[in-house]
Amino acid sequence: MSDATSDSGATLTMRRAWPPRSMVIGGAIVLVLAILAMLGPWIAPHDPTAFAVRLRFSPPVAAHPFGTDEFGRDVFSRVLVGARFSFAMGFGATAISLLLGVPLGLIAAFHRGVVDEMIMRLLDLLISLPPILLGLLILAVTPPSLWKTIVTVGIVYVPILARLTRSVALGLLEEDFVMAARARAEGATSILLREILPNAWPPIIVESGLRITFAILLGSSLSFLGLGPQPPSSEWGLMISESRQFISQAPWIGLAPGLSLGVLLVSINVFGEGLREFLDPRLLGRSHG
Amino acid sequence: MTGFILRRLLAAAGVLWAMTVVIFAIVHILPGNVAYAILGEYATPSAVAVLEAKLGLNDPLPVQYWHWFRALLHGDFGQSLVMERPAAPVILEALERSAVLASLSFVLVASSGILLGIYAATHRGRIGDRLLMVGQFLFIAVPDFFWSILAILLFASWLNWLPATGYAPFGESGVLGWAAHLVMPVCVLSAGLVAHVCRLTRSSMLEVLESRYILAARAKGLPERLVLRRHALPNALLPTITILAIDAGLLIGGVVVVETVFAYPGLGRLLVYAIEHHDLPLLQAGMIVLTAIYALANLLADVCYGLLNPRIRHGRSTA
Repeated sequence: MSDATSDSGATLTMRRAWPPRSMVIGGAIVLVLAILAMLGPWIAPHDPTAFAVRLRFSPPVAAHPFGTDEFGRDVFSRVLVGARFSFAMGFGATAISLLLGVPLGLIAAFHRGVVDEMIMRLLDLLISLPPILLGLLILAVTPPSLWKTIVTVGIVYVPILARLTRSVALGLLEEDFVMAARARAEGATSILLREILPNAWPPIIVESGLRITFAILLGSSLSFLGLGPQPPSSEWGLMISESRQFISQAPWIGLAPGLSLGVLLVSINVFGEGLREFLDPRLLGRSHG
Repeated sequence: MTGFILRRLLAAAGVLWAMTVVIFAIVHILPGNVAYAILGEYATPSAVAVLEAKLGLNDPLPVQYWHWFRALLHGDFGQSLVMERPAAPVILEALERSAVLASLSFVLVASSGILLGIYAATHRGRIGDRLLMVGQFLFIAVPDFFWSILAILLFASWLNWLPATGYAPFGESGVLGWAAHLVMPVCVLSAGLVAHVCRLTRSSMLEVLESRYILAARAKGLPERLVLRRHALPNALLPTITILAIDAGLLIGGVVVVETVFAYPGLGRLLVYAIEHHDLPLLQAGMIVLTAIYALANLLADVCYGLLNPRIRHGRSTA
């Protein structure tokens, strides 16, 4: 991870001018989904929480393309409105991990010694439980809600970003231009923000791309377990969880949000993979591997 | 090597102790009154006071922690509030069932993941390799709870081959009934991890196959099978072991979801139950047990890695 040297920015533009196809296709699908998610509440054909008792368990028809659920609510509208929660979890949680993890990693790398040791040992505690259990532990004691899930998922992935940032920064701190900055007697903040951060971003961005999928997965798993947004929210994990009782009777209630989640995650992954290829010149030699 | 193991052991013990503090702190400092959680919102203040005194909730937190920690060291995991019985046997019973689920999955993940990875690497670019790549993408990206739903829909509702959910004890319903309830949970729990292991084994195998000593082995006329088995595999599997340790963690996490979907009465299901019913002592105890198991899994992986990696085995490591 530490071999993202300062010249990677230069070689990347020289060697490959166009992003790989997977990045374009994945990115396009994600973009379309993001626009749908943003417009969701306005373009949904029905009210996602309105009961229509006479229309319960309607299979997919023209008026209800994904059918209706046990309360006669339109599943298509619910999925459409629910998309924004997945985006909020993915991007919100990753933003929190970045905001906490990157500074911690930079500080640890810069100060070394006791500060480094303390930060890294504290972060080790966060990874001494598997992510979903840490999430359960943090969320267990307070009433669940969307923002708590987002913050929790963000905290869970802080160590990964902090460690990555630290190892990249440790490599960069040996570089001549940092020595020059030190010789100019620049302060710690100035060196970290002006010299290190601009050169450290490619691997951090790639990792963040990966984190978004993991954050969506973890967030929806937690809300599947009842530790996310509460009914009547149409968060996808919650929708899938609620659909379980009716799985043989009306499978579309769970299939619609599940397949949507699958499409979203696969396309973000495809985009991320392409992004990694694009930003990481080391992979160019064996990009078909 | 002994020094290496000892150091790892000490570190693991340190982390485990620190986690008792963290778990205790999270459960006790975050808002949410335990006595009210047990007695319900409409409890009279006097009832709350009596219960708080009984549970020792009026002591300062460090004192409470010390009592809890000392009991923990004596094997006393506290009292489950909802079930009104000691937490230790409840957890142990659930742990046994989870262990069956997890170890079957782990064996499946390790064996099929490695085999598929080797197959993909040796058949690089052919149709089998391509299919595996697509499969990996799907299994890594789509969450296990959705695979569970699909599996139940297909194998239980439509084909009627397997029971949808639940658990059948070995003694009562015979081997077949017991196994039938395990098939879907084990497969769903393994799916994503098989993909993960396969992907990693493939890439590390490819890397090794391009190295010079493999070229040398081939050049001296060794049959391809021997080249693979004697020269390529031992080195290619080294990173796989680290990944298997990470996957052990994902497996422990996946157990929570999969047990919940399939109503399988293991430790994961028990934790979710404890959260749903605000059974904080049970939650604390279950979390500690899982942290310990996770630490143990990581320790084992480190030791295996050390045993297989000559640089660490002969004490020339810098770690």
